[in-house]
Amino acid sequence: MKITFPHMGNLYICVKALLDDLNVEYVIPPFNSKKSLELGTRFVPECACLPLKITLGNFLEANELGADTALMAGGCGPCRFGYYCEMHREILADLGINMNVITLEPPNGDIKELFRRVREFTGGLNLFRIFNAVRNATKVAIAVDELERLTFKVRPCEIEKGSVNNIYKQFRKNINKTKGSKDIKELIVETKEELSQVSVDDTIRPLKIGIVGEIYTTIDDYTSFNIQQRLGGMGVEVHRYVTVSDWITEHIIKQSLKLPRDLSYAEAAKPYLGTMIGGHAQETIGNTILYSQKGFDGVIQIYPLTCMPEIVAESILPAVERDYDIPVLTLIIDEMTGETGYLTRVEAFIDLLYRRREKKRIEGKYILSGD
Amino acid sequence: MNKKVGIPRGLFYYQFYPLWRSFFEELGAEIIVSDNTTRKILDDGVKKCVDEACLPVKVFYGHIASLKDKVDYLFIPRYTSISKKEYICPKFGGLPDMIKHNFDGLPEIIDVEVSLRKSKKNSLKAAIKVGKYFSNDTGMIKKAYKNALINYRDFRQQIKSGILTDELLGKKRSVINTQNSKMLNIAVLGHGYNLYDSYTNMDVLTKLKEMGANVTTIDMVDGSIIRENSKYLNKKTFWYFGTKILGSTFYLLDKGNIDGIIYIMSFGCGVDSFVCDLVERNIRRAGNIPFTILTIDEQTGEAGLNTRIEAFIDMIRWRDNYENNISSYGKPIYMR
Repeated sequence: MKITFPHMGNLYICVKALLDDLNVEYVIPPFNSKKSLELGTRFVPECACLPLKITLGNFLEANELGADTALMAGGCGPCRFGYYCEMHREILADLGINMNVITLEPPNGDIKELFRRVREFTGGLNLFRIFNAVRNATKVAIAVDELERLTFKVRPCEIEKGSVNNIYKQFRKNINKTKGSKDIKELIVETKEELSQVSVDDTIRPLKIGIVGEIYTTIDDYTSFNIQQRLGGMGVEVHRYVTVSDWITEHIIKQSLKLPRDLSYAEAAKPYLGTMIGGHAQETIGNTILYSQKGFDGVIQIYPLTCMPEIVAESILPAVERDYDIPVLTLIIDEMTGETGYLTRVEAFIDLLYRRREKKRIEGKYILSGD
Repeated sequence: MNKKVGIPRGLFYYQFYPLWRSFFEELGAEIIVSDNTTRKILDDGVKKCVDEACLPVKVFYGHIASLKDKVDYLFIPRYTSISKKEYICPKFGGLPDMIKHNFDGLPEIIDVEVSLRKSKKNSLKAAIKVGKYFSNDTGMIKKAYKNALINYRDFRQQIKSGILTDELLGKKRSVINTQNSKMLNIAVLGHGYNLYDSYTNMDVLTKLKEMGANVTTIDMVDGSIIRENSKYLNKKTFWYFGTKILGSTFYLLDKGNIDGIIYIMSFGCGVDSFVCDLVERNIRRAGNIPFTILTIDEQTGEAGLNTRIEAFIDMIRWRDNYENNISSYGKPIYMR
């Protein structure tokens, strides 16, 4: 049995740590590319959201490399993500591909069934080992996200443009040479060290932009056209609350163990969106408010076309924009999105934000360009 | 003077109007329902709503715009769930918020959460909260709700006997069957607000009837049959509509007296994008029942829609005449 799993930004690093520690044979699908998207788009219903398309592409590519079992997270709605596993199963079956999809969730709260599924791919049920592996994978996830946050901080201020990108790219490649969570953690520490060696210009006061929106499109660099790298390259410091480690600790671990969660975003979003409606709609609205309170210059919302919760958030965001005086740019992505048009919008937004900051600095006595 | 409650003719109007009508009437409120969808209502909705939302939500916005100056209250309950362990589309859960933050000068919104995900009793709690706007007498509210439920069950019963929902809600259809051939049984699947809003779907149901078809909708299938049939699913969907449509599809396929199935979906509908695909896969696997999808959005090209329905019906009739005439469409080919 060879296991595979879908890509989502740096998720593969912590899944790799988990599967290495459990000593399971697996294939990491090739990084998200045009090919994975095209493969997925061909077989997935057209109005389905982009992550379904790209994850199916991952599975098909991994299948070429010999994978016969796919791991997928589950859910109980109302966001469509919870039903991805079934869509994958049905589509793969109709394509005549012999691939077993294992959904990691307790169906209808049936914990025994979850254990049975885990046993199916770990080959045994040594609870202690599994617990340890999950704990280490969570630690890896937290460390990777810290590393990513560090790149967000350093990138806009680097003197030699592109040095952070090179280190980060090398890191993502080097992961393949490691084995086990211990190795990965060491590599992360080394990379952090390298990043702190990058010479930076302290005088730069970068624009600050918060990224909100649907989790897949904000986390995954391929789908968001590397927006975080590009903004960094334009001298913008980005920040994002929604991360893989946050998703694991807050949504999976704390929620299932009923531990108190950090719900400051829900608190902030309350006057605008009172109930949890699935996906990340409440996060989107709440975090936009938090960003404005923390003095960010602007917010970019990213989501895949037809994403139900984010449409609700998008319709409410103009009110937040007005009440909290924070500019929001909404970017919607599907397989037809043209990179140039997309970037033009981002660049124009950045220009406006610079203008806005300048205008505030000189207290409104600003001069039109060309004067 | 009686307080005026506005009920927009959109989304769950087609399912729950009889319930709330009886409820409000008993509490002495005056009910004002917005007019049937028109070009103007649609245009107003499209202008106000974000582009990415689906057609029914845009239409709903239009109905709000046409109602808001005529009433004291707008009734927009927040339906997060209307069945156990199941949700509705997230847009329903956020609907009152979407409306509140997109319109100026709204009357007070009756925004009460209806969530039956955990317990059925919550519907009475929601009804009491709604009732408080009109009366302080909890006993009276409870009684009104009880009667409303009786009314609602009666309405559901009539639908199950084969009457279309919109006809019960007042639409007049005088259908003259112009065909001399036998009547066809066509199942039309889809959300109620897509099936019964005859402006947005360009009156598909009447057209089908004129072509000599008996229309069956999923509302005519009993809930227990749906539950029974949804066990064929590997994982039950967590959407009310998903379970309902898939369960009825299995039932209809099983029953075997259906000549063709039409799925009406609105462009960009999240639930439909998955459910419709699953329905199609199951129909294709089950045999050779003709199936077609009509996607509706704010475009109004009626001729294209007519051509597709006519072709669909013609194709089914041809089958009767020439039994070998079976389309080769729908065989999946995996290409690399």
